[in-house]
Amino acid sequence: MAEKGHAKRRKGISFSDFVYGAVIAFLFAPLVVLFIYSFNNSRSGSWHGFSFIWYEKLFMGSGELWHAFRNSVIIALSSALTATLLGSLAAVGTSRYSFWYRPYVKSMSFIPMILPEIIVGVSLLVFFAGVGLKLGMITVWIAHTTFNIPFVYLLVSARLEEFDPSIIEAARDLGATEVQTLLRIILPITMPGIASGFLTAVTLSLEDFVITFFVAGPGSTTLPLFIYSAIRFGVSPVINALSAVMVVGTVLLIYPARNFLKAYAAH
Amino acid sequence: MKHNLGSSYAAPQALWLTVFFAAPLAIIIAYSFMKRDLYGGVLPQASLEAYRSLANPTLLVITLRTLWVSLAATVFTILIALPCGYSIARSHNQAMRLFLVIVPFWTNFLIRIYAWIAILGNEGFINDLLRALGLTTDSVQFLYNQGAVILVLVYMYLPYAILPLFSTIDKFDFNLLEAARDLGATRMQALRKVLIPNIRGGLVTAVLFTFIPIFGAYAVPLLVGGKDSYMLGNVIADQVTKTRNWPLASSIAMGVTLLTGLAAVIFAATSSRSNHHVEEDSGIGSVSATAGIPSGGQA
Repeated sequence: MAEKGHAKRRKGISFSDFVYGAVIAFLFAPLVVLFIYSFNNSRSGSWHGFSFIWYEKLFMGSGELWHAFRNSVIIALSSALTATLLGSLAAVGTSRYSFWYRPYVKSMSFIPMILPEIIVGVSLLVFFAGVGLKLGMITVWIAHTTFNIPFVYLLVSARLEEFDPSIIEAARDLGATEVQTLLRIILPITMPGIASGFLTAVTLSLEDFVITFFVAGPGSTTLPLFIYSAIRFGVSPVINALSAVMVVGTVLLIYPARNFLKAYAAH
Repeated sequence: MKHNLGSSYAAPQALWLTVFFAAPLAIIIAYSFMKRDLYGGVLPQASLEAYRSLANPTLLVITLRTLWVSLAATVFTILIALPCGYSIARSHNQAMRLFLVIVPFWTNFLIRIYAWIAILGNEGFINDLLRALGLTTDSVQFLYNQGAVILVLVYMYLPYAILPLFSTIDKFDFNLLEAARDLGATRMQALRKVLIPNIRGGLVTAVLFTFIPIFGAYAVPLLVGGKDSYMLGNVIADQVTKTRNWPLASSIAMGVTLLTGLAAVIFAATSSRSNHHVEEDSGIGSVSATAGIPSGGQA
């Protein structure tokens, strides 16, 4: 485009493009190093030839790790499901109606997102101790649902704001009941928002370390907590292999999911 | 009728967040005004003891350090993210450039920290390289200091700054820059006086998304920091889980919450006051919607 070339002097590579390139290198370099070292035939940092021993250890000899992975998946799915249900309903409620505690719902759905995680984690720990709830899978599920709700609420609300509310009025005028309107009009239209809310919640839950650290008990170790105990005192080659598997796995999982969402949203 | 329906849709979420978010926060507030019990927990007596012990010099040093580390990391992050967001916005291949920024952030939070341990650690990649080149026989201690904490924090938070900056710069009308140049402004002047004021919304979001989670950082200083990088988040955690001084932990948590809240209010106020004639775009929605990365960062 000619008009772009005017503002941006064409003298080789521009400063901003240079910074962008450096940033991409900076972002990827650590992951590339991990990936290469996951094939190292040695425990230490020095290169001792190519091998699959850490992958073997990862898949054969890491019972605890897989137990933690199982816990993470259970927590991610259950908390994302709960948060999606509560968050989507609340989004429908606050976007279509006004009621006395609507401002309360809106601000309550915003504050947890900006509060540092450590505050949320510590306050939940103190709360669970106060009500006498034993730390375990249930407390982790509660904590994850709590920090997931605002994200689902935000994404579904954003979707609800995009479409023409007169569609709903039309449905009601044509005799649809509230339930019919909800299930046959609002639900299909907001589905991309609900789906991306659910996916975001699953991701956030699988990711979370800080809050989980405070509310997990014996037997409810999640994958991030397991990784934490493994890397606490330095390099751990099984974690190199795990990282490589996780990076490749997430890209393979998320990329098609996002494309699917985009295709769905474009309808 | 309408009135009742909306409130019943929102009720489950409101109830959940009241019980599991507002109530725990209220407990923290209450505990901060109580006396410490010897075996953890609190004695139900009103006391300002916890707030008085906030004034001790050690805690003051840690508070100032936390502020310094958060400010330094935020400034570096924004300075790097700004040209980066600009570059993505002006690219013909925005989707690809965004994708490349986001991919590393699909990697687990702890693994991203761990990657730096594997690079900078005593047994890590760089020390290995230095030994192989004969530059050192021992290992150089890159980790466990403030520099390492700031570096890793910048690494962790760059995308949170790049995405909102990109989304506002993308909406900026670049003809305005040309106009400024035609009227005799230098390139820098045009950027500073025309671009920056117009993307203030995105800047505010970027600063908030980096400064707030970094100010409450816990995991990064714990894993790559040393004695000189112990931050307020670490104090809170230790007071809760090790020393078991809950009133003190609560009062520090209150302080952190108030400071973050204050930061949010100040930033929001400055951006809306100085900029009310410009269309505001915070970029929050587009960040979480387009990126698919967690927006509420952990540290």
